[in-house]
Amino acid sequence: MQEYFLLFIAAIFVNNIVLAQYLGNCPFIGTSKNTGVAIGMGAAVVFVAVMATAITWLVQTYLLEPLGLGFLQTLAFILVIASLVQFVEMFLKKMVPPLYKSLGIFLPLITTNCAVMGIALICQRKEFTLVKSVAFAAASGVGFMIALVVLAGIRERLEIRRVPRAMRGTPVGLVMAGLMSLAFFAFKGMI
Amino acid sequence: MITTSALTLFGLGFGSAAILSVASKLLYVKEDPRIAQVEDLLPGANCGGCGYPGCSGAAAAIVSGKANAGVCVVAETEAMVAIAALMGQTIEEREPEIAFRDCTGGTRAEERFAYAGIMDCQAAAMLHGGSKSCPEGCLGLGTCVAVCPFDAIHMGPEGLPVVDPDECRACGKCAEACPRGVISIVGMTSRLLHLNEVTDCLAPCRQKCPGQIDIPRYIQQIKAGDYDGAVNTIKERNPLLMVCGRVCPRPCETVCRRNNVDSPVGINMLKRFVADRELHGGTHLPVPCAKDTGRKVAVIGGGPAGLSCAYFLRRLGHSPTIFEAMPALGGQLRYGIPEYRLPKADLDWEIQGILDLGVDVHLNKRFGKDYDIESLKQDGFEAVFLGIGAWQASGMYAEGEDLEGVWGGIEFLTAHALGQSIDIGKKVIVVGGGNTAIDCARTCVRLGAEVIMLYRRTRAEMPANPEEIVGAEEEGVQFKFLAAPTRVVGDENGRATHLEYKMMELGEPDASGRRRPEPVEGSETLMEADLIIPAIGQKPDLTCLYDDDAESCPVETTRWQTIVADPDTFQTIVPGVFTAGDVFTGPDLVISAVGGGRKAARSIHYHLQQDGDIPIPDTLQRDLIPYTMFKEVTGVRQSERAQMPHLCHGDERNCTFSEVEGALSETEALAEADRCLHCGLTCYDRDMEQPEEKEQQIL
Ligand code: SF4
Ligand code: SF4
Repeated sequence: MQEYFLLFIAAIFVNNIVLAQYLGNCPFIGTSKNTGVAIGMGAAVVFVAVMATAITWLVQTYLLEPLGLGFLQTLAFILVIASLVQFVEMFLKKMVPPLYKSLGIFLPLITTNCAVMGIALICQRKEFTLVKSVAFAAASGVGFMIALVVLAGIRERLEIRRVPRAMRGTPVGLVMAGLMSLAFFAFKGMI
Repeated sequence: MITTSALTLFGLGFGSAAILSVASKLLYVKEDPRIAQVEDLLPGANCGGCGYPGCSGAAAAIVSGKANAGVCVVAETEAMVAIAALMGQTIEEREPEIAFRDCTGGTRAEERFAYAGIMDCQAAAMLHGGSKSCPEGCLGLGTCVAVCPFDAIHMGPEGLPVVDPDECRACGKCAEACPRGVISIVGMTSRLLHLNEVTDCLAPCRQKCPGQIDIPRYIQQIKAGDYDGAVNTIKERNPLLMVCGRVCPRPCETVCRRNNVDSPVGINMLKRFVADRELHGGTHLPVPCAKDTGRKVAVIGGGPAGLSCAYFLRRLGHSPTIFEAMPALGGQLRYGIPEYRLPKADLDWEIQGILDLGVDVHLNKRFGKDYDIESLKQDGFEAVFLGIGAWQASGMYAEGEDLEGVWGGIEFLTAHALGQSIDIGKKVIVVGGGNTAIDCARTCVRLGAEVIMLYRRTRAEMPANPEEIVGAEEEGVQFKFLAAPTRVVGDENGRATHLEYKMMELGEPDASGRRRPEPVEGSETLMEADLIIPAIGQKPDLTCLYDDDAESCPVETTRWQTIVADPDTFQTIVPGVFTAGDVFTGPDLVISAVGGGRKAARSIHYHLQQDGDIPIPDTLQRDLIPYTMFKEVTGVRQSERAQMPHLCHGDERNCTFSEVEGALSETEALAEADRCLHCGLTCYDRDMEQPEEKEQQIL
């Protein structure tokens, strides 16, 4: 139990996928203008990361490794994740339209989200079990969501402040992301 | 190895593709192709001004019918036309709307705190309500400026946001961001429909004006030399500005903050100044009207209330028709106010301006005789406005008052206005102390009679305007105060020859707070008279509402012979039948009738557009807002109030009906406009910096 708790804390705060590993920066900047949107995107990432990690774990364990094709990991994962997102999108659109609507444009955005890919790869590198991988994926997704929501909150404030014209929007957003990243470094000593 | 790798990858790819193709077959959801087409036509700014998340959201909303083709605040007309064509909609011209700031004070408001925290209006407003003592005033931190995606708003020199009308797209972001509600998005219709609310920035004068005219704004426009702008501001509330500029008793001036310094701003003189400029310019300034709705409304009575109601209905896009019993429009403006105060030619000109907007008129049509509510409904009128005024003179309750030679005040003025020759003889007694009594007296002076006015209280208690009393005095009218008529004495032909009156003395205060006049026993005196005019009061004549046997009346009435209606919506107990003006309030001011006409037009608009649901805001301003009525006004230099010039003097004044009062010259008007403090709720423009008052308490 304690192991999982630490895994959660580590994934959310210490090794935050975006603020410590610098993965998923484009959706991080792109969808952090508004808290509502940030929550939607965060939820979509949690959902997809968990599914992708589970499936890629199965592909790795039951396909690539028995065949000794570990070096195909990246290619295979890209393929699997992209197809998975497409499938999930179609599935939700038909079967759970309200959920599809609430995830809206975020699902297709995730197709090319390196954070999801990164989570799947980290699980392999650390040789987690399937359950652990899923737990790690969920925690990393939550970490992404927290970072996104915090940045969105900051950017909403910035929106109504006098920011030099050249710095408005993405530039000041990146500066804020950098500062947040520094702040998250403080968690380093926690575990 | 290579073969295995290739096969594995191929297998994975093929597997995924197979699953996806089966899934796409099974899970296919038909999507309207128009969404993509509409999205292509939208400018792609993703500004959110439309209220949807980005342009794709807006496109989906348009296709699903939740939004119209014109939803995008950025798109040019061509794009909207193309979208409308795609959607099979017709594009209608959208009424121009713009961000509007309703705060006059800003940093000039008395400052309670100099807020030194986060420089954002919302934060400032959350902490102690901000930096200014005014509960509604602008905080001047410029949050609205920061949120405008179109750079259409900036902070002006006075620390107040200024909107650039050319750039503003009415997206409403500034209004949303402002915690004080100082900025709103308004178009003509919403301005016409707006009623004064306590949350508006209401200068005292604006609170008191029964027509709710934005007085500080039009005075400011005069000061800036924008006379046409001032006319338009007034016309947003009052189509009879030329009339009111002449006859309004100016309730607004009684509460003007300048009363605490010297004398009130000549608000009405300024109104008359711009109205006369329009009049002498010879053409009516164009008045915008909303798109035709094709809905017909019958306006019964062409007096100030009816004219105002028809004018506002027309501006809101409806088709009003005025039915008037007299041979010309104007009601008591024409038949109750003498020519020397309100020249008929000018009145005609002003009324023509209203009719030119597209108002139909039927003259000499008497309600209850030529038509009634039922027949109007059959003729396709969807709502009825009853503005029949108060045309019945109240009696003196004195014996003999039905003798020949006794004329009710309003009847006398009407007969005179209709050009009937009245034998007024040499001596006239007018009974009463109101404006109608004075009008009768001054009219008789001009007809060559010697006039005595009898009033049962003292001069100080006369309800007439002081300058009217002075005018009458100057023209030779004599007054007999504390005298009340008791009996009319006639000769053998049944013609009045004398009026017997009793002297009065003031006793205990009555319900109105004034001391009640009580007769002095044995003081009866006979006074000779060729004509006696009791001008004691008027009431509505409601006989036209009753059916032939004079028994049933469709609307409810009061014992003062007025019609009962909801005080906020002006709707009578008959749905779709509205009323305002003297027939609703009893005899009142022209501007009250004009204001009532507008409010009724507003209700009729909602009645027609929203199936009878007439919204009344909870924050309606009904009385003067106490904390805005100052006992003293500091830091203001004294200055002389302008004098209304007189146009004619001596014999010309006493023997003709030429207009007596004139208009201010431009220089005088500018000087007078400059006297206005441009007040807000608690702020006003000070002449001088008050260094000691600059000290502020820092949070
Ligand atoms: S934010 Fe205000 S000023 Fe700017 S475009 Fe929108 S409505 Fe106009
Ligand atoms: S000073 Fe001007 S704004 Fe203030 S109450 Fe008088 S007329 Fe109205």
